Amino acid sequence: MNMAAEEKKSDGAVPTVPAIETEPLITARNVDVFYADKQALNGITLDIPANKVTSLIGPSGCGKTTFLRCINRMNDLIDICRVEGEIKIGGQDIYDPKVDVVSLRAQVGMVFQKPNPFPKSIFENVAYGPRIHHLVKSKGELKDVVERSLSKAGLLEEVHDRLDDPGTGLSGGQQQRLCIARAIAVEPKVILMDEPCSALDPIATARIEELIDELRENYTIVIVTHSMQQAARVSQQTAFFHMGNLVEAGKTEQIFTTPQDPRTESYITGRIG
Amino acid sequence: MQHINITNTRGPRPLEQALKITMVACSVIAIIITIGIVLSLAFEAYRFFQLVSLQDFLFGTKWSPQTAIRSDQVGAEGSFGAIPLITGTLLISAIAMATATPLGLASAIYLAEYASPTTRNVVKPLLEILAGIPTVVYGFFAALTVAPMIRWTGTEIGLEVASESALAAGLVMGIMIVPLISSLSDDVINAVPQSLRDASLGLGATKSETIRRVVLLSAFPGIAGSLLLATSRAIGETMIVVMAAGMAANLTANPLQAVTTITVQIVALLTGDQEFESAKTLSAFALGLLLFTITLVLNVVAQKIVNHFSEQYD
Ligand SMILES: Nc1ncnc2c1ncn2[C@@H]1O[C@H](COP(=O)(O)OP(=O)(O)OP(=O)(O)O)[C@@H](O)[C@H]1O
Ligand SMILES: [Mg+2]
Repeated sequence: MNMAAEEKKSDGAVPTVPAIETEPLITARNVDVFYADKQALNGITLDIPANKVTSLIGPSGCGKTTFLRCINRMNDLIDICRVEGEIKIGGQDIYDPKVDVVSLRAQVGMVFQKPNPFPKSIFENVAYGPRIHHLVKSKGELKDVVERSLSKAGLLEEVHDRLDDPGTGLSGGQQQRLCIARAIAVEPKVILMDEPCSALDPIATARIEELIDELRENYTIVIVTHSMQQAARVSQQTAFFHMGNLVEAGKTEQIFTTPQDPRTESYITGRIG
Repeated sequence: MQHINITNTRGPRPLEQALKITMVACSVIAIIITIGIVLSLAFEAYRFFQLVSLQDFLFGTKWSPQTAIRSDQVGAEGSFGAIPLITGTLLISAIAMATATPLGLASAIYLAEYASPTTRNVVKPLLEILAGIPTVVYGFFAALTVAPMIRWTGTEIGLEVASESALAAGLVMGIMIVPLISSLSDDVINAVPQSLRDASLGLGATKSETIRRVVLLSAFPGIAGSLLLATSRAIGETMIVVMAAGMAANLTANPLQAVTTITVQIVALLTGDQEFESAKTLSAFALGLLLFTITLVLNVVAQKIVNHFSEQYD
C-alpha cells in the first residue's frame, strides 16, 4: 500500500526549484503560546508547503521548539502551556475539540533533538508505531514495514543482521536514523524534526541531511536547526524567529541572500544568536 | 626555569590517616559481625544436624518438635521435617505478594503518571505512613479484625475457615508491603526519561499504551527488584504471622487453613524455658540458616535479573 503511494507521488515531477507558491499543507494563523503567564510566541502566521523542507531558525529561546510542538500538539502534555490561534493541516483545524490527538500525532511524526530509542530491539523500535496503530495484519507484513522504514532511513544496510540487538546499543547517528525510521514506519504526512543533528558528528549529520532531502519526496518536513548551513542545505523555505515573533519567512535562498529584516540579516551573518 | 614546590615538608598527614583507619575499622567491624552471625548460625545448625539428618530436615513432611518429659517416652525425639514450614511460609508470602503487587504497582503508576502534583504530595506521604505502622499493630489488626472477618464471610458462604487462616495473615502482610513496592516503583517509574514518553506519544500512542509498552518496560528492572525485595521482606516477616497465622504445621495449599511459618516456629522454639542441648532448641538455628539461605538466594536472583536487564538496555 505504501509502495503504491510512493510510486504515485514520484510520478509527479519532483520540483527542483523551490516552489513555495504550491498549496500549503500546514497553515498557522495568529498562534500565541503561553507558558503559565509568560508568552512564548506572539501571533505566528506561517504557511508550510507540502513536500518541502521548512527550516525554523533563530536564537536560543526564541520559540522554535514551542512552535514545532504546536503542530502535533505535544504542547498539550505540558500542563502550564496554552495555545491560542489557529493551526490547520490539510484544511482541518487541529485544535478543534473534535480532533483526536492520538490520530493527529500518528499523521504528524516527530524526531527529537536527542535520539530517544526505546529500550527495545532495533526491530521492535520500528515496529512500535505499526503495532499500536494496527497497520499490519501479519508478521511478514510487519517485517516488510520495518525493513522498508529502516531502508528509507538509510539504516538497513548497517543493521540488517542485528535487528534483534537493542536499539540503544547503536551509535548516536544510527540511533537518530533509527528514530527517523520509527517515525516513518507510521507513515505520517508530516515529520517534525527538532535539531535532529545537534548531537551528531559531521559525517552522521551529512547522512541525515541527505536523508531529509530524500524524504521530502514523500513527506512534508519541518526542521528546527541552529546551523545556518544546514538550513541552507536542506530546506526550501526558512522561517526566522526572534523573541517569540516570526520575523521573516520565505524561500531559503531569498532569506539567506536578501533578508528583508535587519534582525534576520544580523542573525544569519552571526551578529545575534 | 620556574621552581614548583612539591616536596612534602609536613610529614604524613595525620588526620587523613586517622580518618582512613577509622573508616576501615568500622567497615571491618560490620563485616566481622555479619560473618560471626552466619558462622554461629552455621555452627549451631551443624550441631542440630548431628541429631537430625539433613535429609529428614529438608524433606520431612512432619513438623512436631517435642521435648521429652521422660527419655523413654514415645516420640521423644519429635519430627523435624521443615517442608510444612517452608510451604506455609511460601503460601503466606504468595498471598501477600498477590495482594501487594497489584495494589503497590497500581498506586505507583497512578502516583508517577496520573496524579497531579498536589495529589501526589498528599498521597505519597499517606502511603509512607502505612510503612511506618509497627508490624505488631498490623499483627493484631490481622488477628482481631481480618481473621474473624474472613472466617465469618467464609461461614456465610459455606466454607470452612480456620480462625487463624493463612489468608488473613497473608492479606495483612500484603497491605504492609504495599508502600515498599509503591514507593520504590514510583521512584523507578519517575526515573524513566521523559524523552521516552515523548517518543511514544509523538508516534500517536495513547497514554496507557505509552505506560504499558514503554514506561513499565524501561522501569522493569527496578520494579522486579522492588518486588523481590518485598518478597524477601514477606518471607522474613515475623510479627504478623506470629499473631495471625497460628502454630499448626499443616502441609496444605489451602489459604483458608491455618499454616505456620519458619519465623513463627523460630519464635516458638526459643521462647520460654529451653534446654540448649536439645534438638528442639537447636532446630531453631537450622531454621534460621534455612531462612537466611532462601532470602540470600532470592536477593542474588534479584540482582541477576536487574543486572541482566540493565546490561541489555542501558
Ligand atoms: N516547559 C516550559 N515551561 C515554561 N517555559 C518554557 C517551557 N518550554 C519553553 N519555555 C519558554 O518558552 C520560550 C521558548 O522556548 P523554546 O524551547 O521554544 O525555544 P527554542 O527556540 O526551541 O530554543 P533552543 O534553540 O534553545 O532550543 C523560552 O523562553 C522558554 O524559556
Ligand atoms: Mg529548542
